[in-house]
Amino acid sequence: MDVELRGITKRFGPIVANAEIDLDIRAGEVLGLLGENGAGKSTLMNVLCGLYTPDEGNIIIDGKPVTFDGPGAAIAAGIGMVHQHFMLVPVFTVAENAILGIEPTKQVDYLDLAAARQQVNEIGDRYGLQVDPDARIEDLPVGTQQRVEIIKVLVRSADVLILDEPTAVLTPQEVEEFFGIVRSLRDAGKAIVFITHKLDEILEISDRITVLRGGRVTGYGDPKTLTEQRLAEMMVGRPVRFDVDKAPYNPGDLLLEVRDLTVLRANDEIAADHVSLEVRSGEIVGIAGVQGNGQSALIEAITGLHRPVDGTIIFDGQDITNVSVRARHAMGMAHIPEDRQRTGIIGDFTVAENMALNSYYDERYAKGMSIVWPAVATHAADYVADFDVRTPSVHAKASQLSGGNQQKLVVARELSRDTKLLIAAQPTRGLDVGSVEYIHGRVVAARDEGDGVLIMSSELDEILALSDRILVMFKGRIVAEFDASKQPVDRNAVGLAMAGSAPRAAA
Amino acid sequence: MVAVQNISRQTKIGTPADRRARIAGIVLIGLALFVAGVFSAAVTGDATFRLSRPTDVWAVPNLVIPAAPFNYIVAAILAFLGARQFLRGGGKWTTLSLGIGLALAVCAFLVWATAGKAFSLSGMLQATMVRAVPLVLGAITGMMCERVGVVNIAIEGMLLAGAFTGALIGSVLGGVGGLIAAIGIGGLFGLILAALVVTYRMDQIIAGVVINLFVLGLTSYVSSQVFAEHRFLNNAPVFRAFKIPVLGDIPVIGPMFFNQNIFVYGSLVMVVVATYYLFYTRMGLRARSVGEHPRAADTLGINVYRTRYINVTAAGMIAGFGGAWFTLGSVGRFDENMTGGRGFIALAAMLFGRYHPVGALMAALVFGFADSMQQKLALLRTPIPSEFLAMAPYIATIIVVAGVVGRTRTPAAGGKAYIKE
Ligand SMILES: Nc1ncnc2c1ncn2[C@@H]1O[C@H](COP(=O)(O)OP(=O)(O)OP(=O)(O)O)[C@@H](O)[C@H]1O
Ligand SMILES: [Mg+2]
Repeated sequence: MDVELRGITKRFGPIVANAEIDLDIRAGEVLGLLGENGAGKSTLMNVLCGLYTPDEGNIIIDGKPVTFDGPGAAIAAGIGMVHQHFMLVPVFTVAENAILGIEPTKQVDYLDLAAARQQVNEIGDRYGLQVDPDARIEDLPVGTQQRVEIIKVLVRSADVLILDEPTAVLTPQEVEEFFGIVRSLRDAGKAIVFITHKLDEILEISDRITVLRGGRVTGYGDPKTLTEQRLAEMMVGRPVRFDVDKAPYNPGDLLLEVRDLTVLRANDEIAADHVSLEVRSGEIVGIAGVQGNGQSALIEAITGLHRPVDGTIIFDGQDITNVSVRARHAMGMAHIPEDRQRTGIIGDFTVAENMALNSYYDERYAKGMSIVWPAVATHAADYVADFDVRTPSVHAKASQLSGGNQQKLVVARELSRDTKLLIAAQPTRGLDVGSVEYIHGRVVAARDEGDGVLIMSSELDEILALSDRILVMFKGRIVAEFDASKQPVDRNAVGLAMAGSAPRAAA
Repeated sequence: MVAVQNISRQTKIGTPADRRARIAGIVLIGLALFVAGVFSAAVTGDATFRLSRPTDVWAVPNLVIPAAPFNYIVAAILAFLGARQFLRGGGKWTTLSLGIGLALAVCAFLVWATAGKAFSLSGMLQATMVRAVPLVLGAITGMMCERVGVVNIAIEGMLLAGAFTGALIGSVLGGVGGLIAAIGIGGLFGLILAALVVTYRMDQIIAGVVINLFVLGLTSYVSSQVFAEHRFLNNAPVFRAFKIPVLGDIPVIGPMFFNQNIFVYGSLVMVVVATYYLFYTRMGLRARSVGEHPRAADTLGINVYRTRYINVTAAGMIAGFGGAWFTLGSVGRFDENMTGGRGFIALAAMLFGRYHPVGALMAALVFGFADSMQQKLALLRTPIPSEFLAMAPYIATIIVVAGVVGRTRTPAAGGKAYIKE
């Protein structure tokens, strides 16, 4: 099935998210769709899958123009989308999620779950997507949830699959498996649209590449001849540097000392198990590890969002184990949280209000008991310009920013104060190469000015590029430590430690 | 360079579960002391519980319990359960022990109150079921709404509207007409709630409160101004109990479930139907998906707004039926605010029953038991003032919601308006 988009325009009020976009999607091909944060990729795909109605333009399937009055119509036409944020019901089983909306039934509307299970298993066997149909979604790792999303699309016998940043949450091994699945789908004659910010991935998997910028198509490419450098330039409109310049390693005083910290999850399982670490001023300590090995709990305990059951945290010479979050802030701790939508921003607040969230009480913003709103707005405007947050104005709601720009908003807020210690969890998740370059630059600048930095990322490349010392967490413990200050660390050794195999004595 | 650090050490960690277990232990031991000191020490005589009436087909002998020894044994069991919490509590055991402990304490209380007298247990169980009717139906109403993501605080108002309409129309057109009208008015208020929260995206709590106040005001006004003058408008026929052959003759259980009126049978049927609908049908699956993740449902072509409208309206009809119980199912006439907060207790029953109709029935029976106990105990002339006895259902609500329920998992999208695009 071939799909053509012709002259698609989509506006949100004054914002033009898509401007006269033409796009060709062909059966048996992977189309890579690339573009900066806010370029309009998700919007365009939401138009294609019937969630948004375009203001102008046509969708043409196999030569015939069609209009969709909702996602149901697009599904019926054979178009399925795996959304950037998963669309799975967490408390339902795999089978229930897979057949939701097209349920097999018997008499009296009886839900035929046996048939549903069978459908899931059949799809699994055909495309190598094995999942237990009776497992509950919330118990599954993200990689498996991703499979369920794809199964969901395939159960609806879609011929066009749209994958919006499917690899953002996957580990390197999961990405490899995932590519295997994508290839087998392509060979089965499906048309695939693949969106990602990772240039190496797009070069590896796609047959053709289309680049968007500012809501327009700015380039086409052939992955066989293109380089990452060239792609990045097409995307951002200027050359991008992939490596980071750091001043020589020159650690100062001890800033953060964590001793035997033990943190529990909500269900009383041990998340972090007697973790000890140190961060000095002027160094970047990276915590590597596959998601779900206790890094998040550790970070939340250090920043005061989660109370540890055992251990101590000493910051700048003071025991802060039981100190409030605000006091930690006041002492100079900055925190870029892992999940920007949940703990980073308040979606219904404006950009300016979000900028003032962590220090609305300080003299920049407040006079006595009242907040000086004009000051909030002018400061916010400065930071927005400084950190290149793309927003129509500081009075726009934060939820209307694209994912990458929400992230930049958080980074801007946290780094716009005078800080001593920066704690960053997944600081560049879902960001385009230009923004990654920028945020890495800011983090390194903070370190060069003498701040301590503790960075947690499941992106091994990010850890390797930034860190002076690398700690690897596995099953709640720190299982290995690498010194990256003098010579580069062996990528494989870190990868092995992340996977839990005991590090060899010397390397 | 690789350095390995951190060898595991085992320290005893005070988890929140441990703390919960300790609190449960303290509560249980407190109960044990109370039962031993108050219900056992100064009690003499036997407590006689009648399990059937002499006219019954299968008569069962009376249950005669020596009050003091029985209560001492209860106190001992309570103390054992409490001590066990300290030694190795936690997990499922905590909730279970607490539940058993509370049930035992209630038994001890009943034995104490009946000591030296006789008391009809089968009569009380029958009354328990009757009093559970508005609670089950109210809880199912709340559940049907919350399962699609609409918090329904308006159950109270819907019950009251059903009671009022049942009485008014029942007086004019007869019982069946009144019943149909009550169901209709419930559905109407369901529709209004749906319109307010789905289409106009009004805050769900406020919308519910508005409906409650509106119904309370209107029905109170009419009953004091109109019914006082025209008595014949507030004199509806009552649906009588009828016995189901054979089943109704089973001792103890028979009169409770199978010798009742149409409201009791209706609510038992509703429990079955609602369970089937929510958990075994296509429509139920779609409804639950709308309450958990409306956006996901939307991307699959499920109409979120329509699903909410249909379910909330249907739920309102169930509440209307439950409301008619107050008038057509018991006294035949409407009194100002005669629901007396049952709609809110129904919400508690919904939580206690973990959003499952069968659970809601169990919970409603617990509250119904408290309700009928206060009524029957007033006849036994215990030293407790009747005002305190009348608090029993509400106290039970507080204990259950605060202590036993723990954290129930509510549908994720509850209380939030869904905005397309
Ligand atoms: N619901 C909305 N209301 C208003 N503006 C919106 C809405 N959704 C998207 N936008 C705007 O449209 C533009 C395109 O957003 P879109 O989400 O399509 O970007 P994207 O290319 O997917 O970016 P990312 O890589 O960060 O996901 C952005 O400027 C965004 O702020
Ligand atoms: Mg996007």
